[in-house]
Amino acid sequence: MFILLLVLNISCKRDPVVKDPEPPVYGIEFTVPANWPQPIYTFQNNPLTEDGFRLGRKLFYETRLSKDNTISCGSCHQQFAGFAHSAHTLSHGINGLLGTRNAPALSNLNWHPAFMWDGGVNHIEVQALVPINNPVEMNENITNVIAKLNADANYRILFKNAFGDTVITSQRMFKAMAQFMGMLTSSNSKYDKVMRNENGEEFSASEESGLTTFRQKCAVCHKEPLFSDFYYRNIGMAVSPVLNDSGRAHITGAGNDRFRFKVPSLRNVVVSWPYMHDGRCPSLDQAIDVHTSGNVVSPTLDPLLINGIPLTTQEKQNIISFLQTLTDHDFLSDPRLKNPN
Amino acid sequence: MKKLMLLVVLLTALSACKKDVKTTDTDTTSPPLTPTNTLSIKFENYAGTTPLILNTVDYVNQHSDTFKVSLFNYYISNIQLTATDSFVYSETYSYHLIKASDFNSLEFSLPNVPLKNFKAISFMIGVDSLHNVSGAQSGALEPLNGMFWDWNSGYIMSKFEGTSPQSPLLGHTLLYHQGGFSGPDNVIKTVNLNFPNNATVTTAISPKVILKADLLEWFKTPNIVNFSTLTTIHMPGTDAKLIADNYADMFSVTQVQN
Repeated sequence: MFILLLVLNISCKRDPVVKDPEPPVYGIEFTVPANWPQPIYTFQNNPLTEDGFRLGRKLFYETRLSKDNTISCGSCHQQFAGFAHSAHTLSHGINGLLGTRNAPALSNLNWHPAFMWDGGVNHIEVQALVPINNPVEMNENITNVIAKLNADANYRILFKNAFGDTVITSQRMFKAMAQFMGMLTSSNSKYDKVMRNENGEEFSASEESGLTTFRQKCAVCHKEPLFSDFYYRNIGMAVSPVLNDSGRAHITGAGNDRFRFKVPSLRNVVVSWPYMHDGRCPSLDQAIDVHTSGNVVSPTLDPLLINGIPLTTQEKQNIISFLQTLTDHDFLSDPRLKNPN
Repeated sequence: MKKLMLLVVLLTALSACKKDVKTTDTDTTSPPLTPTNTLSIKFENYAGTTPLILNTVDYVNQHSDTFKVSLFNYYISNIQLTATDSFVYSETYSYHLIKASDFNSLEFSLPNVPLKNFKAISFMIGVDSLHNVSGAQSGALEPLNGMFWDWNSGYIMSKFEGTSPQSPLLGHTLLYHQGGFSGPDNVIKTVNLNFPNNATVTTAISPKVILKADLLEWFKTPNIVNFSTLTTIHMPGTDAKLIADNYADMFSVTQVQN
């Protein structure tokens, strides 16, 4: 009997179609962390599966999405940097071409009502089109990308595993990528553990004071627990004459949207430097200073920042201590999110 | 007893082998209960009274500007047919991209049409707002058709490209890409047209409805378009709306063949 079972078991084993030097895939389940609001994207028309996630992850790190096969999403969204581009004010696409905006950190994307610094992209499944098509990023087009993927037998197998047959379409590609991007949940920072009363985790005195001040002076825009209200605001930075970036107005064409940008989440903020839409602030210290002073008055300057946010040196120090508790080391080292290519 | 256990073990082991059922999002139209047939729709593109020919022929707009056409595309969606008994047929997943350059895109069949006399048709020029905010799509709505704005998510509902000596741009180009699906930027137009005679769908007859689309309407009423001042439209807004207001009446039914 035992032998029979063993034999049956062996016959059950999947053929090793895709070799597994790749990072693991397990626990692919989307859960809303305790006390968080409901997400916008819930995989409703895109059933989340291990195979879908595996394919999406491979595509996220796929350099063949770019014209000369050199740049992937992961090139400018690095896990150790909270999926931002570490140490890069602006990012370089193919042929070293420079973009005009700082690659934002990625996490908890299912809660974002819109994407990009100007909110021009309205759905997580169509976000990847922008960097693929952008001449200074990947400078590729979808027709070519699909031809390249089709030429790779391994991809045909991955698409079959994820979607039932080997047909490669842009819809399937983007849905798989959304499965990976939608699983970038960062909810295990020290802050989260304290909020959940987990393992007796406690803030230090400085972190605690920092949170108190943060809640008084920062949290309207950097709203907990996602640390953004996802609104577009002009915080009064001088407009770069080189980039001359009108921000949200680029999308709406509305004068009163000029120089407004999406409020960035502060999760993993310490590791995702430099800061601001054009990466002009290399340190948290400088990024905070933009809010406390140096606001350029313009018709669209956010009313909350007209006089700057007053902070004592001590308060600022405490806020920085608090912001360090938003670093989610589990997320930054999660083996499931690593480059499989 | 031993045999029974063996059977149980076998069954359990076998069922564990089963692969997960994969679902795709292809439409699962339930089979019609009553007999149906198809009804085909054919689009014929014109510039005024002459059939539209790309690239080579000169046309003249209402403003007396001469121009050539290199590209003429538009989305038709949410097609409905109204029968003489007031029954309304709605095509499932009704999205069609009409391209003057692609003969095969000009004609298609509506499936599962009940056997009735139809007296009118309605459809949208453009893609309904829901499908502008629903993520990755397939078929006519596939972004590789070049009718989707990636940086400002949304479909380009219609495109005209060409040249005119009046255009001050390099190469005297004209580029009109109309999009915008929400609020004041909405350019989606709904067209309602009566048939000159009924389209009679029977088991033996699959009628054909021929629709004329007149490009000259884009530049005529209510807004006369001057190619020396309006050369380029590439985002939602006033200009896109102006052109969409003009082309709302570009369609007419030329013939219903039974």
